[in-house]
Amino acid sequence: MNECVIKIDNIKRDFIVGDETVHALRGVSFDIHKGEFVTIMGASGSGKSTLLNILGCLDTPTSGEYLLGGIPVRTMGKNQRAILRNRKIGFVFQNYNLLAKSTAIENVELPLMYNPKVSSSERRRRAIEALESVGLGDRLMHKSNQMSGGQMQRVAIARALVNNPAVILADEATGNLDSRTSFDILVLFQKLHAEGRTIIFVTHNPEISGYSSRNIRLRDGHIIEDRINDNILSAEATLASLPKSDD
Amino acid sequence: MNWTNLFKISLKALANNKMRAVLTMLGIIIGIASVITMIALGQGSKQSIQDEIKGMGSNIIMIFPGGERRAGVRLDPSEMQTLKLENYEALREESIFLSAVSPYVTSSGQLVSGNNNYPSTVTGAGIDYLRIRQLNVEDGEMFTETDIQMSAKVCVIGKTIADNLFPDGSDPIGRTIRFNQVPFRVVGVLESKGYNSMGMDQDDIVIAPYTTVMKRLLSQTYLQGIFSSALSEEMTDYAIDEITGIMRQEHGLGADEADDFDVRSQQELSEMLNTTMNLLTTLLACIAGISLIVGGIGIMNIMYVSVTERTKEIGLRMSVGARGIDVLTQFLIEAVLISFTGGVIGVILGCSACMAVKYLADWPVSIQTWSIVLSFVVCTVTGVFFGWYPARKAANLDPIDALRYE
Repeated sequence: MNECVIKIDNIKRDFIVGDETVHALRGVSFDIHKGEFVTIMGASGSGKSTLLNILGCLDTPTSGEYLLGGIPVRTMGKNQRAILRNRKIGFVFQNYNLLAKSTAIENVELPLMYNPKVSSSERRRRAIEALESVGLGDRLMHKSNQMSGGQMQRVAIARALVNNPAVILADEATGNLDSRTSFDILVLFQKLHAEGRTIIFVTHNPEISGYSSRNIRLRDGHIIEDRINDNILSAEATLASLPKSDD
Repeated sequence: MNWTNLFKISLKALANNKMRAVLTMLGIIIGIASVITMIALGQGSKQSIQDEIKGMGSNIIMIFPGGERRAGVRLDPSEMQTLKLENYEALREESIFLSAVSPYVTSSGQLVSGNNNYPSTVTGAGIDYLRIRQLNVEDGEMFTETDIQMSAKVCVIGKTIADNLFPDGSDPIGRTIRFNQVPFRVVGVLESKGYNSMGMDQDDIVIAPYTTVMKRLLSQTYLQGIFSSALSEEMTDYAIDEITGIMRQEHGLGADEADDFDVRSQQELSEMLNTTMNLLTTLLACIAGISLIVGGIGIMNIMYVSVTERTKEIGLRMSVGARGIDVLTQFLIEAVLISFTGGVIGVILGCSACMAVKYLADWPVSIQTWSIVLSFVVCTVTGVFFGWYPARKAANLDPIDALRYE
């Protein structure tokens, strides 16, 4: 078994809304090992966004323990968590969240801008590498408004890769894309998986689960299913079987 | 903290919104430019008034009779007969701090030359009077010590008198003019000094030996005043003390008796005018300062809007690892960049405006280095001060809420 990247133990998260306490997570536990491609699925309100925020160190659990690469996160301050996000986590959002009026390379450089140990020449080199690895080596200087949705999501993935994170967190990363482009992106994720990267893909689309190595299903703040997918489908094959668009 | 990167990020953010940045700067530009121009104008006027006072003789000290009471009634100084020629002589002999002393008597009346006449005042004075008042003889020469001893009927006249009595432009030297039936021979014409800052014509002047004026015009033995000149402007105070001492001794005043004379210097006048001009400058600078504050509020307003507008961007930055302090610093740098750049442009604009006023309108302008330094300090402080609140707001955003913000 590979080393454990994420270990969460009986995590609970309560929100106080007015007079009521909402239990978004009611005791969730699992370990994620290096090189896994995990999909976390669930309908809206199942607690998957809350779980993602906690895994991404944007939020802390009310109780329970979260170890990211062996480091306990729950007791960390805001600034420490920011640094942890900067070094250990890569985010991919549904709506890309690219900086407007900035080139692909500037967007990808962004996480490294907040890491004083990375010099500007190294920053540039790593950004170009990341963009090349997502197949955008020829679009380094394109601005975000000059790119298609799929290209923008590739830039976002490159941005998530550039700090060489312990885990990539994707939040409905194909949610805004048409099916062809979605599979395009899934191909990319599978390629990253094959390279040994750890990926957590949060989605409400059950179709995607077939392409990952492990599926976790949430309902009402509990895990109702956690299984290893032995029969991983090839996104590339699915993409090839799709009818080609005329353009 | 990674200052270089944060600086680059801020610069990029401003570059993405050039028009907005420039419009925000405008408030600061106008504020700084007007502060510099107003202070330069105020100081310029002050300078020109000071120069004028210097021209009148900045170290003049005048002694007038005064302060005398008879049976409890204070008398009009011009009626007093306490200043005597002996006092003048005592001052001339005994003083150390005075470079020149002259008696001063005046008589008003009509000057007549042929069929021209002009109302004026004849001043009776010694030869030193020219030095004290910083007057120069342009044509001819000053009357002499011998003229004073002989009470000679000679005089030197100012340009205004010459022009009015000799309108045909003929040379007044050697001509005779009459004043209250007494004929005076013109021996010299004074260099023109123009009007002073009080609007008085400094060329409307006739100077004759004091002995002549006292004996032949006024028939009096007392002086209306004594004019003197301190060795230098800085020594004026010592000179005044010395004069007071000598005069009290001359008048035999006891320790508990008040002075029966007044000693006045140009310094008082100069101080009074300076106070007025400083007040005016402060007033102008205050008005300009208000526009600077308005400019600062403009920055705050825009930064505030910008934080709201860029909430999502802030969320993204935080999610990729920007700490609160990084976001705070980024927004502060943006605010300071706007105000500082505005300040630089404002200084350039202000200095050009000053030059334009100086050369086009010919106003006295004196650009103050301290006002430029002050402007830079003020606009940097403005940037930090007015940028702080919006920056703080940005830094305190919750990354989850910020990312979800639409």
